Amino acid sequence: MVVRQDGPDTMDDAEVDRIFQALADATRRDVVVRVMREGESVTALARRYAMSFAAVQRHVAVLERAGLVRKERHGREQIVRGDVTTVRAATRLLEEYEEIWRGRVTRMETLLAEPEGEVP
Amino acid sequence: MSVVSTSKDTENLTLTIVSELAAPPAAVWRLWSDPRRLERWWGPPTWPATFVDHDLRPGGAARYYMTGPEGDKAGGWWRFVAVDEPRSLEFEDGFSDADGEPDPSMPVTRARVDLEEIDGGTRMSVVSTFASAEELEKLAAMGMVEGMTLAMGQMDAIVAED
Repeated sequence: MVVRQDGPDTMDDAEVDRIFQALADATRRDVVVRVMREGESVTALARRYAMSFAAVQRHVAVLERAGLVRKERHGREQIVRGDVTTVRAATRLLEEYEEIWRGRVTRMETLLAEPEGEVP
Repeated sequence: MSVVSTSKDTENLTLTIVSELAAPPAAVWRLWSDPRRLERWWGPPTWPATFVDHDLRPGGAARYYMTGPEGDKAGGWWRFVAVDEPRSLEFEDGFSDADGEPDPSMPVTRARVDLEEIDGGTRMSVVSTFASAEELEKLAAMGMVEGMTLAMGQMDAIVAED
């Protein structure tokens, strides 16, 4: 299995700042979540947000500098995709998932401590 | 401390979380089998889950959505692979699109739950298996973006109050 070892643990402050700045804008957040699911061309994104091609390109450039998306050239089109490989190393990912489950177990415990009759 | 051990296998992409709960297996089983109970713990308090379908039998499906602080919804589905009340449960867990239909472009996680009676309580082990490192990365990256979206949304709200 190939995993990058330089996850967020090794991110410097400048990188973190770039990510936060990139995600501080609602349109850019929407673009990231969208292209994480499926790549989309800059043209298609521009139609989606009713903004100019140049404006969308500027948003994409900010996201690209933060390492959140990458662009691929397909003929005349530039396809924007979420760049997940730069984001995390596998151990770190599993740790996050572990946190989700720790939260769930804590909530289960709370529920089990309630008298059975309370939940209809 | 209810979580007694966790182990991460980055080769096989599994996460095992073992916990000990102060109730017999039948009561822990109800947390999984009763959708009204399930929705009280599956999602975090900021993103509570609502189960619209919950057909607990092999081949049966569950559908749910989680509602965010701004009313935004994120859908998910389960497909039950094996059900052995009150001992074990295995299911696939995936994402749904805006219409509530399974989204094939999104990662699917497999979960296996084992409940074992111990001294009046239950030892619950949950093993989550991810199909590939890439899928795991996708999941975590989306989680991170969602988490940040939430944090940013709160910042927006605070700024708007000024």
